[in-house]
Amino acid sequence: MSIALRGVTKRFDRHVALKDVSVDIESGSLTALVGPSGGGKSTLLRVIAGLERPDSGDVLIDGQTAVDVPVQDRGIGFVFQHYAAFKHMTVWENVAFGLRVRKMRRDAIRERVDHLLHLVQLEGLGGRYPSQLSGGQRQRMALARALAIKPEVLLLDEPFGALDAAVRAELRAWLRALHRDVHVTTIFVTHDQGEAMEIADRIVLINRGHVEQTGTPRELYERPANPFVMSFIGPITQLGDAFVRPHDIDVRNIPAESSLEAMVQRIVHLGFEVRVDLMLADGRGAWAQMTRDEVDQLELRLGQIVYVRSSRETRFHSDLPSHAVLGNAG
Amino acid sequence: MAKIALRLAAFGYLAALLALPVASIFYRAFEHGVIGFWQAVAQPDAIHALWLTLLIAGIAVPLNAVFGVICAHVLVRSHLRWKRILGLLVDLPFAVSPVVVGLALVLLYGNQGWFGPWLAAHGIRVIFALPGMVLATMFVSLPFVVREVVPVMRETGDEQEQAAATLGASPWQTFWKVTLPSIRWGVAYGVVLSAARAFGEYGAVSVVAGRLAGITQTLPLYVDERFESFDLTGAYAASVVLALLALATLFSMNALARKEA
Repeated sequence: MSIALRGVTKRFDRHVALKDVSVDIESGSLTALVGPSGGGKSTLLRVIAGLERPDSGDVLIDGQTAVDVPVQDRGIGFVFQHYAAFKHMTVWENVAFGLRVRKMRRDAIRERVDHLLHLVQLEGLGGRYPSQLSGGQRQRMALARALAIKPEVLLLDEPFGALDAAVRAELRAWLRALHRDVHVTTIFVTHDQGEAMEIADRIVLINRGHVEQTGTPRELYERPANPFVMSFIGPITQLGDAFVRPHDIDVRNIPAESSLEAMVQRIVHLGFEVRVDLMLADGRGAWAQMTRDEVDQLELRLGQIVYVRSSRETRFHSDLPSHAVLGNAG
Repeated sequence: MAKIALRLAAFGYLAALLALPVASIFYRAFEHGVIGFWQAVAQPDAIHALWLTLLIAGIAVPLNAVFGVICAHVLVRSHLRWKRILGLLVDLPFAVSPVVVGLALVLLYGNQGWFGPWLAAHGIRVIFALPGMVLATMFVSLPFVVREVVPVMRETGDEQEQAAATLGASPWQTFWKVTLPSIRWGVAYGVVLSAARAFGEYGAVSVVAGRLAGITQTLPLYVDERFESFDLTGAYAASVVLALLALATLFSMNALARKEA
């Protein structure tokens, strides 16, 4: 089921959470809404769900305007960051909730809930209460509960934000596999660009209440629309006026055409990858991401003079970078 | 040493102010033996007073429970600017003397009151009758359910309710299946407190009741009337019944607290 937003604006008191946002989400896609905290991505998700009403603009679900359709009639599955488990119900009852309020037949409910608990690997834990589950198990229960009603659209608000790194990685892979199997239009919110790149087919980058860029992970990485997108979606450094990915900086011991002189200030070994901090002749800093072998070949030392140039660079003519933008690089 | 002193202070304070007076009432009520006590309690007026007290509480407390939950919901969930005023209003019964509450009801519903003539013309009697006594009792016992439910509701948050809505539950289903179960201990606690207050209310009810023995006399009013008539055994016996009612509510509260933990 496709989703489209047309000129959606949402204010909370004086704070403008979304201003004139238009987004198209294809049926069956797996889309990430990504951006810095407080940028409006969760609000956008809640507007799609019907948990927030836009001040102006339209939400189209499958081409039909949905602004006046109440949450309970939208047929969406929603997964909350902090699980929103029904604490007074068992795991089984949590998953059965959406089916029970639909007055589904008892044996049909039993069959569906058992199937879902199997799908999220919680079989045998149906009799427990949410407080007796780990964070990852609770989130899987919340997913099963949302999927129980066979939603046309699955919305996840920072679904893995409250989990530790190992569980998060496991659930990411699991969500990807689930989407492959179930093929429901899925939108998830994350502030972690790595998570977005790893899971999503398409990324919508939202910042300060508007959409900075929409595209595949590769498009955003390789053809960022502005310095903000470039800095948010991957590491960034500057050579003169050009923005460069640190792994696109070419470091040599001898000058080459259009290369700049720089001094090595710090060498940080991160295993296979080595981070080299440089000071350019104009006094500005930059850093290069190199392999261990490259550093060994050049015999880099502190204070050494090297010559750098970029093998691929991006210039943004219309939108000159500000310090705030570069502050997001790290 | 300091610890022991603190404990002694706490126990001494409670003993002097609470335990001793209550114990003395029990002592005086049974001074003439169980038979004397029973004879005093079995007076028709005393039995009627007990029945009336239970009836008033039985009407006032459920109504306060329902409206208390509604008020708490508005106080916690709505974003209205004037909800601070609502919060102040809810606390009003704590601040206003019950006698003033009674007088206010007379001013509204009495024969000379704003609604009095209209009510009289339609044959409805509020003051010196059951409705006035229920209103007075509701007024003084109103804050308890609200004040117990608000913190529970605030702590629970509204994510579970939002989740229920996304799963297709109507607002009504969400309330019964999600909201109410999550605040049930707060409601129960508030009901117990407001029942205890309703049983014991004297001031407001005394103004609107007219205290006709056997008709509009609640148990606290009966105690007072017996005492004024120098029937000390009758006064103490009725007091013991009142105290037992209070103790029963307190014990049920204790049981609830333990269940919650």
